[in-house]
Amino acid sequence: MTETPNRWRRYAQWDARPLRLDKFAAEDAAHGFSAFTSPADPKPGVSIKSGKIAGMDGVLAHDFDMIDEFIARHHLDPTIAPEAMAMESGDVARMLVDMNVPREQLVRLAHGMTPAKLADVVSRLNALEIAFAYSKMRARKTPGNQAHVTNAKDDPLQLAADAATAVAFGFDEIETTMRVSRNAWSNAVACAVGSAVGRWGTLFQCSSEEAEELRIGMAGFTSYAETVSVYGTEKTFIDGDDTPWSKAFLAAGYASRGIKMRCTSGAGSELLMGFHESKSLLYLEARCLCLQRGMGAQGTQNGGIDGAPLTATIPGGIRELMAENLLAVWLDLECASGNDARSTESEIRVGAKILPFLISGSDLICSGFGSILAYDNSFNPSLLNGEEMEDFLVLQRDFEADGGLTPLPEERALDLRSRAVEAISAVFEELGLSKPTADMKQSVVVASGSDETRSYTPRDVAKISEAIKEREITVIEVIKALVKRGFAEEAQNLLNLVKLRVTGDYLQTSAMVRKGKVVSAVNDPNTYLGPGTGYRVSEERRLELNSIRDVLDQKEVLRQEALHEKDEAKRIQYRVKGPAGQGSDKKEVVIGISPAFGLNLFQTTAGHRLSDVLKGMIEAIEKRGLKARVVRFRHTADTSFLGISAATLSGSGIGIGIQAKGTAVIHSRDRLPHNNLELFSNAPITKLEHYKGFGANAAAYALGEMPEPVVVPTRGEAMGSRYHARVALIYAIETGLTAEGAAPEDIEVKFTGAKS
Amino acid sequence: MTAKLTIADYPLAETRSDKIRGQRGRSLDDITLDAVVAGGVTMEDLRITPQALADQAEISRAAGRPTLALNFERAAELVGVPQDFIMSSYEMLRPGRAKSKEQLLDVAKAFRQTYKAELMAEFIEEAAAIYERRGLFTYRF
Repeated sequence: MTETPNRWRRYAQWDARPLRLDKFAAEDAAHGFSAFTSPADPKPGVSIKSGKIAGMDGVLAHDFDMIDEFIARHHLDPTIAPEAMAMESGDVARMLVDMNVPREQLVRLAHGMTPAKLADVVSRLNALEIAFAYSKMRARKTPGNQAHVTNAKDDPLQLAADAATAVAFGFDEIETTMRVSRNAWSNAVACAVGSAVGRWGTLFQCSSEEAEELRIGMAGFTSYAETVSVYGTEKTFIDGDDTPWSKAFLAAGYASRGIKMRCTSGAGSELLMGFHESKSLLYLEARCLCLQRGMGAQGTQNGGIDGAPLTATIPGGIRELMAENLLAVWLDLECASGNDARSTESEIRVGAKILPFLISGSDLICSGFGSILAYDNSFNPSLLNGEEMEDFLVLQRDFEADGGLTPLPEERALDLRSRAVEAISAVFEELGLSKPTADMKQSVVVASGSDETRSYTPRDVAKISEAIKEREITVIEVIKALVKRGFAEEAQNLLNLVKLRVTGDYLQTSAMVRKGKVVSAVNDPNTYLGPGTGYRVSEERRLELNSIRDVLDQKEVLRQEALHEKDEAKRIQYRVKGPAGQGSDKKEVVIGISPAFGLNLFQTTAGHRLSDVLKGMIEAIEKRGLKARVVRFRHTADTSFLGISAATLSGSGIGIGIQAKGTAVIHSRDRLPHNNLELFSNAPITKLEHYKGFGANAAAYALGEMPEPVVVPTRGEAMGSRYHARVALIYAIETGLTAEGAAPEDIEVKFTGAKS
Repeated sequence: MTAKLTIADYPLAETRSDKIRGQRGRSLDDITLDAVVAGGVTMEDLRITPQALADQAEISRAAGRPTLALNFERAAELVGVPQDFIMSSYEMLRPGRAKSKEQLLDVAKAFRQTYKAELMAEFIEEAAAIYERRGLFTYRF
């Protein structure tokens, strides 16, 4: 590494952090880089003549572009607009965070507000207020989540296995897409079958070309769509090859086929597509959302979807993403609240981005949590991917917040993956599509990602996919194949899902399926009115959220210790000689051991045998021609008091105190209890060499020398997070053995010389 | 005239599973796994009906969602419209596909006359007027 003169090297270290891979853009409203306001944003306003909108946000009706026109005709309610537009924006902003103002009242007002007015109101809220308002305003009470299920090979076996896994984690929706567009049908069948394993109710979509997507839906494989993109400027809309009317037509088309549909929009898309009209991100998104409500879409996927990474480069960009999600729910739309495309390389920014949504809840917290590994995500890596699944599960537990997911025991995951792979293989065989080998199947069941599989290639998949399409195979044939091959439960699950479209209950706002029933904003409305109302984590659900793996308790700690008990018994014998008296030999160093040392606890937190630790210290003391006397104290388990008690009994006035977990102190009789000579507080990183040095230094002090203190180097590890749960449990075992005023005992220690 | 549905009637699958019918008149309760295996169930049995969409529209309106209700009402008109015509109409509504207002008005006419889809016909006529004003009947590719 070359030395750079005149540079504080901390900057070089910062340069190397993942954060610095993120690029940041200057605020520049003229070029579209402005989150909340721009000089080009219109002032809110509306004029109404004979019951019709004659002007809106500074534009007269005859100058309306397509978007204005659609909003004026289909969103803005002229009977509410005069009242709503006359309200002071600051007052409305306060109503949004006032728990005493019911949601319905604010939803009604939104029907009479223009995009500029809606943007003006929410721009007055800070990030915390936006998150709170979001929690109050979201349409459905119970939160949910959505996953991406894709892989780099479009391998149907892996799709089925990963769909089953995602379903087991609790995702309410899963979404797939392809690397090769021809593979859409194979992806759809694989995910449909996989998502029917274990339970039923997870809705599924296959993101593909509009016409194909609708056909796949008609064949019964998918149950929802969210690719109906809308944009905030006319030119962007046209480049997106649609108009508000063509999209609204599509919305009706999906509903007519009994398929749930939501739109997609979000900050940054107009900027990416080059027609931003110098407007702020928030104002453009307000237009998109008014449009969506006007179209009669039940919901939206917004919060800077593909544009999130760009939005995150702009000052206030993340706050803007939160604000546009708030606009969506204020407009009474289901909100799949982004947290989708990974907007940063910084894990801290990832955690910060997700937290407000986790604690406020959302219809779908992520509109694509990457349930697969980042490299297998065919949409692009998500904010959170398979790699970070357990981080999210722990965040749920930390905040007792329901992110829609539940920890999945390892054996259960393997069973489900195996079942899903067998099910899709059976369907392929039964329908004469393909016959996967045992090796292909086994490689997929255990694979974390497609790098590890020996399965189908994209070309193999294209043949299967085209056959499904050409033979016009529908979900009926798949259900029959499942039954024929002994997968009746999966067949029933799949049938239940397709039956949803007959009643259309799940077409209503914010609908999902929980425990076999449709739950939506109609029968599960968010009725938040302050503490104790709205969604609360039930005790049953709290226990589910808590059930992460590898949780320590005292039983587990004692079980682990018991494994070492026999081993230690072969190496060391502790014999009580009798009460320990005051020493008079100046060449004596007392080693004071804790109540459970070698009796209930047998190794330090660093994993050293207590026999080795004790032997190392004794030999080091003896090497200097001194004697080590081992005394067990029962009146205390505290290191400082063990140390000072040992020093007080010691003929030399120098003593060592050591706890079973390995924390140790060198003390001198003439010092105050907490003012020791040397201390090893970081037992988990303390090595045997350090304990030997400790013994040598204690001897040196006893000889009147001033040795170099033994320093245990730390590299800034979060010792507390790694060890404190274990330490506290171990220490409780020690303190549990203490007795008020118990007398110290001399211990004869005998090392047998046994080796493992 | 029967009373309009309210949010208390929702979800229909739970309040009236015996009354809900698929397109061939088969009730929800009759669509069982056994029936599928026996070959008696087709995709038509698994399709939503105009009546179900009209019911959902009433529920949406009762829940304070008039625009969603209108979408369901437009959808109800499209239930019987063949897939190919839906897709070709969608295509015609995209920018620059129709080269003149008349072409789009012809689509509206077909909806009105052939499929009795009055709401959708008006919707497309509205689009035609605005496309003309905004110059969308133009060359794109």
